Amino acid sequence: MLVSAAEAGLHSASFPVLTALIVVPVIGSLLVALLSDRRPEWVKLTAVVMSVVTAGMSIWLLSAFSAHEGGFQFVSRHDWIGAWGISWHLGVDGISLFLVVLTGILFPLVILGVDPHHDEKRYLAWLLLLEAGVMGSFLSLDLFLFFIFFEIVLVPMYFLIGGWGYDKRVYAATKFFLYTMFGSAFMLVGIIATAALARRDIGYLTFDLVTIAERSSFAASTGRWLFLSFAIAFAVKVPLFPLHTWLPDAHTQAPTGGSVILAGVLLKLGTYGFLRFGLYLFPEAAVWAKPLFLTLATIGVIWGAIAATMQTDLKRLVAYSSVAHLGFIVLGTFAITSQSLTGSVMQMVNHGVSTGALFLMVGMIYERRHTREIAELRGIQKVAPIFAAAFMVVMLSSIGVPGLNGFVGEFLVLIGSFETARWWTVVAATGVILAALYLLWAYQRVFHGEPDEANSAFPEITLREGALVLCFIGLIGFTGIYPKPMLERIEPSVDRLIEHVEKHSDHRAPEHASDHGKEGE
Amino acid sequence: MLDLAWLIPALPLAGFLLILLFGRRMGEPGAGVLATFMTAAAFVVTAGTYFDLLSRTAEERHHTVTLFSWIPVGGLQVDLAFLVDPLSVTMALFVTGIGSLIHLYAIGYMHGDPKFPKFFLYLNLFVFSMLMLVLGENLLVTFLGWEGVGACSYFLISFWHDRDSAATAGKKAFVTNRVGDWGMMVAMFMAFAAVGTLSYEGINHAAHSGEIAQVTATGIALMLFVGACGKSAQLPLYIWLPDAMEGPTPVSALIHAATMVTSGVFLMTRMAPVLAETYSWAPDVIATVGALTALFAATIAVAQTDIKKVLAYSTVSQLGFMFLAVGSGAYVAAIFHMVTHAFFKALLFLGSGSVIHGMHHEQDMRRMGALRKVMPITGFTFIIGWLAIAGVPPFAGFWSKDEILLYAFANNRALYLVGVVTALLTAYYMTRQVIMVFFGEARWHDHAEEHGAHGDSHAPHESPWTMTLPLVVLAGLSVVGGAIQLPFTKGTHFLEHWLGPVVHEAEADIHKTWAYENKWLLLGLAVIIAATGIGASVAVYAKGKARPVEPRILADGWRYDAAIAGLVGGPGRAAFQGIADIDARIVDGAVNGVGTEVRSVSGLLRRAQNGFIRSYAAIISIGVVVMLAWFVLRGVL
Repeated sequence: MLVSAAEAGLHSASFPVLTALIVVPVIGSLLVALLSDRRPEWVKLTAVVMSVVTAGMSIWLLSAFSAHEGGFQFVSRHDWIGAWGISWHLGVDGISLFLVVLTGILFPLVILGVDPHHDEKRYLAWLLLLEAGVMGSFLSLDLFLFFIFFEIVLVPMYFLIGGWGYDKRVYAATKFFLYTMFGSAFMLVGIIATAALARRDIGYLTFDLVTIAERSSFAASTGRWLFLSFAIAFAVKVPLFPLHTWLPDAHTQAPTGGSVILAGVLLKLGTYGFLRFGLYLFPEAAVWAKPLFLTLATIGVIWGAIAATMQTDLKRLVAYSSVAHLGFIVLGTFAITSQSLTGSVMQMVNHGVSTGALFLMVGMIYERRHTREIAELRGIQKVAPIFAAAFMVVMLSSIGVPGLNGFVGEFLVLIGSFETARWWTVVAATGVILAALYLLWAYQRVFHGEPDEANSAFPEITLREGALVLCFIGLIGFTGIYPKPMLERIEPSVDRLIEHVEKHSDHRAPEHASDHGKEGE
Repeated sequence: MLDLAWLIPALPLAGFLLILLFGRRMGEPGAGVLATFMTAAAFVVTAGTYFDLLSRTAEERHHTVTLFSWIPVGGLQVDLAFLVDPLSVTMALFVTGIGSLIHLYAIGYMHGDPKFPKFFLYLNLFVFSMLMLVLGENLLVTFLGWEGVGACSYFLISFWHDRDSAATAGKKAFVTNRVGDWGMMVAMFMAFAAVGTLSYEGINHAAHSGEIAQVTATGIALMLFVGACGKSAQLPLYIWLPDAMEGPTPVSALIHAATMVTSGVFLMTRMAPVLAETYSWAPDVIATVGALTALFAATIAVAQTDIKKVLAYSTVSQLGFMFLAVGSGAYVAAIFHMVTHAFFKALLFLGSGSVIHGMHHEQDMRRMGALRKVMPITGFTFIIGWLAIAGVPPFAGFWSKDEILLYAFANNRALYLVGVVTALLTAYYMTRQVIMVFFGEARWHDHAEEHGAHGDSHAPHESPWTMTLPLVVLAGLSVVGGAIQLPFTKGTHFLEHWLGPVVHEAEADIHKTWAYENKWLLLGLAVIIAATGIGASVAVYAKGKARPVEPRILADGWRYDAAIAGLVGGPGRAAFQGIADIDARIVDGAVNGVGTEVRSVSGLLRRAQNGFIRSYAAIISIGVVVMLAWFVLRGVL
């Protein structure tokens, strides 16, 4: 069936790999749920196998994906609810590719590396369902289908936080659920209205993203309202200032595995949504709303960093750092230049790796000390130097030190945004100072100094933890030194999106830069 | 040979990786020997590159070595590439040369430290980063090194991290440097927006051919200078450098005197063509900040009692001289002083380290004195370093400092005057230090007797050969280092000819000025200034003819650091806390408030809030499963 994978995979695969990426975790989830409680090793094995198979498929997808091509690949399209124009339409391009791969890799790592401590069967079933939902969201090219997956994601996450979280888990889970539902409600209305209004241009009812984006044109005022209805849902999900306060609670109370997934891929549903369903679907409105979102993003960068500085709970600190980092991503998204958008997409992945790893290591600290309070930790570098060194590398990546992954994305976002959003960028760039401040200060309080009695028995990193963290550090180092394979897969899709935006709005990306570059080649 | 330039940073990188993997097994002195060897090997390759360049004509002395495409996105094409030209090779020569000596020294100095291999791990990583910085073909590769040296500086300052003061100093250095890094990043954004490239050749070519508007050039230059102020410890960002003395002394010598702190000067020289296109007041800003920093730090150095703190403030002051040179258009003089300063300041720091080592970690000069008798090599070499920095002919510092003053005079006589006063103070406080440490009465007797019961091992002693050999070599260089650029005839301007192709377009032409025609007069004046400073100091500290003037406010560094700390720790912290509180009470409070409101309005939610969500969630998930099942059953798969 897999005759010459690359060729067959170009536009529509003979093997529906994208569908499989969604269905395999669902099957895994069902199998895990149906297996007997008395055979925990079988439960775990099933979950591992299913998630590893999914990871394998996502890596195969990466290798078969044709670089330098901007359009959707591996497209799979079937009518689903024909009467309403809803179809099972999946596809992957440079914008979603690495998010899919990150999702594929992150889940088995979490399943293998983090123990839930109780009720493993249900935990794994929810986790696999979550994976399916996330994959579906990144792959859907149908508005309705996307909405379904976007909503599905909430359910397992709610149960994961509520069932395996810490002391205030019910409050956090409820807040997470209601807040996101509130945003989604707007989007649902927006989706239905979009399809209904687009019908006039297209001639028939359809929820197909590509058809609507390419063939319909909304009146400016209509498009703006529709855009805002989507934007609220995404802004909550990102989360964008001032809609971010569910995040610190959800992150802090979620079990380690949940936090890693939440930071790693779930937040990216918002930033990805802005690109795929904001800029692509409503280019005119997105350009119109640019100043608002650039401002909120910049405030988010500074606000999140300042709030992070003052946190006393290490996990909450990392959560607030996410608010700052995602501000950069939104900044790059609305600056709409080749570099800024490529940087944003890359930063989505980088943030997933770096912050995912930070949450993982904070989880390891909690396992050992049963506290996340910075004030109760001290001098850990002296008793666990390898653990401290690993934390340091991950931290430097989060700070954005060149040579590590965080820098490439952040730098691209800023240098690209400077051309179209000069002053916002100059202000947002001060976030790099604050990032050093809150992380180094936290590091000093947790790792430096003479360990007190409670911390002097802090166990060194174990082999399993080390292997897990090494996977993350490998990604951090490789992407930082050789980001080209990523960039050349992301950029064509980004350029295509920019072209689309330019065609449908007043926005013009600065040209001189690319001219110079081409001359230089 | 030029194509092998990538080996220069690759060798210390290899050293870093080897120590990372096998450091524990290598132990002491294995790791130190390997690290020293790698740095020395890099020096040999650099020397080869130097001779290769030398064999070419001046126009052909630049070569680009591209390893791979690093960050290519649209118009932004950044290669991981090296630029081999007279400037980068000069920098690489003294970074690897002095670096090797300090590595060797550290084998002795770090003897017995339980983290011996880790020290050399960081040291090699530092040398690697520093070489990336100076060899980079574009601003971004330089920035990679720039941040790399910053990170290594952080690791090494807080090397003894169980000491709170060391941990705090490391963090302070990193964060303060980041303020500067922000400036450098904005400079890169501006350069890219204006020219569409980050490569030095591209930007400098555009500047030279007038493609960069004057206002843009000014913006780029000043933002770069913000970066330089951070890295090279100028006002108002110098505050991290005195604290950086918490690190082991070889670190102070290598990073905080000879190499890293000079990278700001290097960067400005690298971008000299852009500086030449700015509004005329922009270089004045740089020169003024440099001169004021020089004077400011020199006044503080006069009243310090910690042997390393004197040298730290002296470094800040000397770096100010280099920026005075840059702002006066004297790029050759800036690099000249950078090189001679690297020789004598590394020598002085290593000498102070030898003293501290010999005195069993005593750093207070009030408890020293007459040490030249027990530490003859350290004493002798330190005295040479002192003569060099004090500006006594024919030692190295005399020639380079004089060259800067010459250009300053031609450019702005007020700044020249500031420079002269600083030179006087420099001679004064360095003489004070030499007298307090090596001459006069031995004030450490009591100290030694306290420990008398433990035997004589606590008396000051000379350091082992690994430490004294670098001292001797550096002392030699401090004597003859001035020979690379002598003012006698055009033919003795060796450095000027060598660096010419890089800087000549931006270099100020002072040949027609009064200052140049009367340079021997200025030279004579400089000798008198140095002699006055030394004489005054001898009168006060050796002969006791006058009471020392060491007011509290100078010892406290004009309370500038304390004021900043107060600002950051007081209002700054309160403001941050305020924002965190607003976030928790108002931004989040509004959300929870709405939630409560809704709940109280609809009794339904209040009764079974969680049950409600649970059942809702369950309905969604069941719905999804049903839908998927339907989908699967329809056979579309």
